[in-house]
Amino acid sequence: MMRFIWPFVIFVTLAGFLYVGLHLNPHEVPSPLVGKPAPAFNLTQLHDPTKQFSPQDMKGQVWLLNVWASWCVSCRIEHPVLLALSRQNIVPIYGLDYKDKREAGMAWLLDGGDPYVLSSSDTDGRIGIDYGVYGVPETYVIDKQGVIRYKQIGPVTQQSLHEKILPLVAELQAK
Amino acid sequence: MKYLLILLFCLSPGISYAGVAKDMADDPVLEKRMIGLAQNLRCLVCQNESLASSHSELAEDLRREVREQMQKGMSDQEIIDYLVSRYGDFVLFDPPVKSYTLLLWYGPFALLLAGLAGLVFQLRKRKNKISEAHLSDEDAHRAAALLNPSKDS
Repeated sequence: MMRFIWPFVIFVTLAGFLYVGLHLNPHEVPSPLVGKPAPAFNLTQLHDPTKQFSPQDMKGQVWLLNVWASWCVSCRIEHPVLLALSRQNIVPIYGLDYKDKREAGMAWLLDGGDPYVLSSSDTDGRIGIDYGVYGVPETYVIDKQGVIRYKQIGPVTQQSLHEKILPLVAELQAK
Repeated sequence: MKYLLILLFCLSPGISYAGVAKDMADDPVLEKRMIGLAQNLRCLVCQNESLASSHSELAEDLRREVREQMQKGMSDQEIIDYLVSRYGDFVLFDPPVKSYTLLLWYGPFALLLAGLAGLVFQLRKRKNKISEAHLSDEDAHRAAALLNPSKDS
């Protein structure tokens, strides 16, 4: 009887590892920026290149920074979710139009609706690198002190919105 | 007219100087250093490719970033620290030894030791099982004859 125990234990251990591995997403790389101040930038606004936007302007408010682009396919999945959220006026959403042509970005917002208070234009993707962006869309929850509290990689879904983002926003706003 | 031409000539170097940004590939030493560094960094999009070999747009942007930081005079370690602060240890192909990477670094050795211990344990157990057989003189002769037939005949 004993001689079957060890192979069985090894089999169960391996099967356990493989089972857990099935549900892991290798494309989700935990961001080291969570808990750190949001990197500063100064970019021109998408709709008005004469005006600038900086995260410093948002001190004292909880806000979302959503990285998007007109060429980004998954952004189309989260777009209705963001539009609905913006209509609820719970938390302001600011956009970062990542590696996109200004005209293309504006056309896409005109076409699909604009959930953003305003969007900044990161034409050459430098600010994206500063924020550790590697796959669009990405969404950051930033608190009143300008600290990144959460990073959503990939599209915001109803589920991630109600399970993670909105509870966190409420908690941060109450502080 | 002459003065206008002189004025134009005076201005032209200034214009050309401001307009031309040096192509990075023009500096082979820096390019080589950048590639050397990028070979040890992971492309975040294609994951199993290095930053040096990837053709993804993000990899191109990151290579540009590395070049620019090198031109600013940052050391390799400073550039790596910058990228790790943005993308995490995941960008490194050579993960640092930390509390949560101990298993990764030393797990194989632990498994090897466990295997050796198991082997030694089994061998000892087997040694105890095989006891010396006691033979009578007659049996010993028969055994010798069977094992060594040439001597007897």
